Amino acid sequence: MSAAGAQGRAAPAVPGSPRLFGILDAALRYSPLLVLVAIWEGLGLSGLVSRQMLPDLGTILSEFWRMLVGGDLLYNTARSLSRSFSGLALAILVGLAAGLAMATARPARLLINPVVQIFYPMPKSALIPVVMIWLGLGDASKVLLIFLGCLLPVVVGAYNGARGVNPFLIWSARSLGAGRFEVLREVIVPAAMPEILNGCRTALAFSFILMVSSEFLIASDGVGYMISSLGDGGIYPAMFAVIFFVAAIGFAADRIYTAIMRRQLRWRNA
Amino acid sequence: MSALRQAPAADGAAAPGASGIRIDTVTHAYRSPGRPPVIALDRISLDIGPTEFHALLGPSGCGKSTLLYLLGGFIPVQEGAITTPKGRVTAPGPERSIVFQNFALFPWKTVRENVLYGLRKSGVGREESEARARDFIALVHLTGFEDAYPSQLSGGMQQRAAIARTLAVDPKILLMDEPFGALDAQTRRVMQEELRAIWQRSPKTVVFVTHDVQEAVFLADRISIMSSRPGRIQHILDVPLPKERGEDTLESREFIQLSEHIWRLVREQAVAATRGRL
Ligand SMILES: Nc1ncnc2c1ncn2[C@@H]1O[C@H](COP(=O)(O)OP(=O)(O)OP(=O)(O)O)[C@@H](O)[C@H]1O
Ligand SMILES: [Mg+2]
Repeated sequence: MSAAGAQGRAAPAVPGSPRLFGILDAALRYSPLLVLVAIWEGLGLSGLVSRQMLPDLGTILSEFWRMLVGGDLLYNTARSLSRSFSGLALAILVGLAAGLAMATARPARLLINPVVQIFYPMPKSALIPVVMIWLGLGDASKVLLIFLGCLLPVVVGAYNGARGVNPFLIWSARSLGAGRFEVLREVIVPAAMPEILNGCRTALAFSFILMVSSEFLIASDGVGYMISSLGDGGIYPAMFAVIFFVAAIGFAADRIYTAIMRRQLRWRNA
Repeated sequence: MSALRQAPAADGAAAPGASGIRIDTVTHAYRSPGRPPVIALDRISLDIGPTEFHALLGPSGCGKSTLLYLLGGFIPVQEGAITTPKGRVTAPGPERSIVFQNFALFPWKTVRENVLYGLRKSGVGREESEARARDFIALVHLTGFEDAYPSQLSGGMQQRAAIARTLAVDPKILLMDEPFGALDAQTRRVMQEELRAIWQRSPKTVVFVTHDVQEAVFLADRISIMSSRPGRIQHILDVPLPKERGEDTLESREFIQLSEHIWRLVREQAVAATRGRL
């Protein structure tokens, strides 16, 4: 990297250690969570809500530790994640193909667009009973449900991204010798990447929601199943431990995803 | 710069007869629903020689970009025909490369990757491509910014990167839409001399759009002066200056006289255009 100018503009001068600054910054940003913790504990101690319903965080933590060490939690988490990532991966593959086809070929647009418009606002969890009848209680039904739920955000992201490509970029590539397929791969897809990645981010969140809600209803393992069976059994501290753990995993997945996304798109605000 | 300097020397004389581009009564209208069509070009006819440097001069909105897009094959020819030695122009092709008015660099590629794109497409090997990219980036004075993304560059720098990307593939027909519009006066002068030199070393058809009369006279063999609404070619002038042009060309009597003459013709068009709009 010899571009002094490029680097100079990319990195703003931050006094002190950038790493320490980053940690402090993150700590500060998430400090409002402490207020929630205080409210939780306060409500519990005040007696307004029974401790049964709002177990103290210490008990929840120790329950969490017990399930973690026992292996229960990790096993069920692995089962759940494998379902949600299978569904998500499938949705990204199919969604990208459908969205790009719609953006670049009129027949595909005429065929797929009405389907997308009708199914977009529909809550995918409404399909749980149908999918259960079709595919039974195994993994396939949950993967299909997650796939269906994640599909449309990807389709819409790819479609909007690809439609919005600056035509001059396509013309440039064509006049530099690119064929139609090369234009798709080398111009349309990278140009649409910001919207594609945003669509996939929405899909990632949907995959967690559908994973848990489908496991509530049709499963004999997984974190959703854990939450519902612990709840049914009245074992609330353990139930809350699983709920918080799922929330933490979802949060971590989103953070990792946005970090990757920022890296992919560093050309935008470099 | 070695690869550039080694290119075969030749004089840019237009061989009479053989046509680089033949534009035959081309009319182009932009139509949008619910509005009267805009006649951007009205029966344009023009023959440009295979090694001619042709400048298009005219007021804003007279259809210069539209004509260039038609030559590039980016928009379909509605009426009339455009032919090159490769036949009718119906689609873009690598023998006709363009520098767009708005640069159109790939924003996700660095300067080097942008310049390499066309080279790799034209089948030039990796090492040769890298060397040519380096040369052309140096030519447009962007050495040191190879790894910068377009968003990190000023408008003038982006424009120079776009010029390097297009020149690097050495097209038979070079289309340039106000390629120096975003440059400061000094850089502009240097680029004009470089472009003229490149064209003399590697003769090709150049269609060069500009607002700048002196730029047109300095660079071109022939100049078309256009009028707007509807876009027409009003005058076609020869530029009887020596092939070799440099600082002293700008001070020569012929240059100054021709520039003034063309200024008057352009002014007439501009005044007419303003009247038409009022
Ligand atoms: N996509 C479009 N839709 C409708 N009208 C258009 C479109 N593009 C250009 N025009 C019209 O066609 C005419 C010619 O436009 P063009 O861009 O070719 O002009 P130009 O000579 O390149 O101008 P400038 O010097 O400002 O770049 C203008 O009157 C413009 O309003
Ligand atoms: Mg223009």
